[in-house]
Amino acid sequence: MTDIGLWGVPLAILGGAIRVSTPFLFVSLGECLTERSGRINLGLEGTLVFGAMTGYAVAYQSGSPWLGVLAAALAGALFGLFHGWICKFRGVNDIAIGIAMMLLGMGLAFYFGKPYIQLVAPDLPAIPLGWWSSVPQIQAALQVNALFIIGGLLALALHWMFRATRIGLTIRVVGDSTDAARAIGLNPDTVRLLATAAGGALAGIGGAYLSLYYPGSWNEGISSGQGLMAVALVIFARWNPINCFWAALLFGGAGALGPALQSVGVTQGYYLFFAAPYVLTLALLILTSSPDKALHGAPGELSITK
Amino acid sequence: MSDAATAPLSSPKPAMAKWLPRLEAVAIPLAALICGLAVFSLFLLTQGKSPIEFYALIYKAGFSTAFSWQNTLSRVAPLLFAGLCVALPARLGLVVIGGEGAIALGGLAAAVLGAGLTGTSPVVGLPVMFAGAALVGGAWIGSVGWLRIRRGVNETIASLLMAYIAIALMNHLVEGPFRDPASLNKPSTAPLADALRVGDMPVGVEVHWGFAFGVLACVISWLLMDRTTLGFAARIAGDNIRAAQVQGLPVGKLVIGFTALGGAFAGLAGFFEVTAIHGSANASLVAGYGYTGILVAFLARHNPLAIIPVAVLLAGFEASSGLIQRRMDLPDATILVMEGIVFVVILLSETLYGRLPIFALRFWEART
Repeated sequence: MTDIGLWGVPLAILGGAIRVSTPFLFVSLGECLTERSGRINLGLEGTLVFGAMTGYAVAYQSGSPWLGVLAAALAGALFGLFHGWICKFRGVNDIAIGIAMMLLGMGLAFYFGKPYIQLVAPDLPAIPLGWWSSVPQIQAALQVNALFIIGGLLALALHWMFRATRIGLTIRVVGDSTDAARAIGLNPDTVRLLATAAGGALAGIGGAYLSLYYPGSWNEGISSGQGLMAVALVIFARWNPINCFWAALLFGGAGALGPALQSVGVTQGYYLFFAAPYVLTLALLILTSSPDKALHGAPGELSITK
Repeated sequence: MSDAATAPLSSPKPAMAKWLPRLEAVAIPLAALICGLAVFSLFLLTQGKSPIEFYALIYKAGFSTAFSWQNTLSRVAPLLFAGLCVALPARLGLVVIGGEGAIALGGLAAAVLGAGLTGTSPVVGLPVMFAGAALVGGAWIGSVGWLRIRRGVNETIASLLMAYIAIALMNHLVEGPFRDPASLNKPSTAPLADALRVGDMPVGVEVHWGFAFGVLACVISWLLMDRTTLGFAARIAGDNIRAAQVQGLPVGKLVIGFTALGGAFAGLAGFFEVTAIHGSANASLVAGYGYTGILVAFLARHNPLAIIPVAVLLAGFEASSGLIQRRMDLPDATILVMEGIVFVVILLSETLYGRLPIFALRFWEART
């Protein structure tokens, strides 16, 4: 093993950022899509956990991790459809429904996932992008999962969709003004229903990544609030999919800080490093919020910014 | 009666106008609760389990004998406090869901103060611990209200992030600076002296004083919210923040004050968990009461008095979890599934308020 001393820390953070950021990336892209349509889904934490369970169970039963990812996406879409359908009723608060769906999603995941806790499902394969280097730490850091690359491409695709396509324009109109959308003959409830379902599907994929790649097993502590942090992350990213990508990497890096320092022998304050992503999220939320004006780039119909 | 406008005094309508909304406020959540349990029964049937056996076991383990009531009531206290931590800010229009963090830090504060006060009289020690837990919890959740008012930070996300931070902070302090070297397997603070433990109430069943204080907190909160001008101002701010500002109400102070009060109650949940149950602060403080408290508050529609029966009901559900697991071979998450379904149905029922003709005065006028 080549001795690279303290250089191991930034390398481990980089590798960790790529590994840890993928679920953030998928959930935040999903939440970005949903929020752009003017609705907030706080229940993505539950969707994430349920997606992790579904992905793991289907991968175990079928032997194919990719089938697991697909099943997780379908399960997430169902959760999104349910959320979108309930929010259609007058007087129903989308934030409160999100909290209820979070409880329900976790309850169902733990209920159906109980038999799978001890079992071993096939992992998603990693692509060794560090083949050019002979330094094992670089090779380890650049073991990149295909889902990370797909997520990055998806961010670009969503960005293009919002800017240049009819679907993107439809979502933006509905998100900015329900009345304007109705006036041009759009049905805001249907658009939001579909946007919430698509967002749920992405969150489900993020969950499947957790159980099928990193950390790569199913248990009841699989998520440590990634689904919730992703909601804050979307605000910080100003509802822009490309920014979501960078923000997810930043959060991944914060999450990888503790393990990276541990790997070079710093074991003091493990729990404080563990809290780093939450502190970072809160700090960014405080810095980027404003008491008197609506947030720049926020969809006009979004209840969280009104 | 043909001309309703000329006859309001001669009919029993003033009483009706008063009672119909109250009836609506009780009947709709009750019906939603029953609907939610019915939906959960369908879920059980798809799993090949008997809903009748399920509910019979809940009754048996939670509400049938003095022993089961004791089992239930000893779990009520943290749910009362955690429910208030959600309900009080909610009356001002804020969805604060991070009570779990205030419970953890409040409990830690009580345990650390208690360890430092070993040997002092409980008359001095317990009030100091009580105040310390309330202060820490109040400052923690109060700062969520402060961030909302001064910085426009969304309180739902901020409170939840702060709950994660609080739990990490508690774990760090319990494993580091405040760790009792004698706690080997499960890092804890130093155990409290017996004099600084809170005991059971002298009522025949073993239920600790947290229950009485929790009920008292609910009653005080109700009086404050529904019977004082301060609470009236808070409710106006919750209904329409612009109107409240136009009226010159101190919206910022109200928000910070009531979120801090809610946080102080959550801190007291931690105080009673430490002084009456665990005897020291450790990871057991994070038992999910803060999250069940969210359901308690929404089921009670944020009415502090309604929190009392709702908390008793949910405590009974949770008390019967063990028996249900053993007898029916169901995973422990079954109760969580039930709570999730009931929560969704309760929120869905919000759409019915003001829309059911049976609760409208006109419906009855047409019949008198």
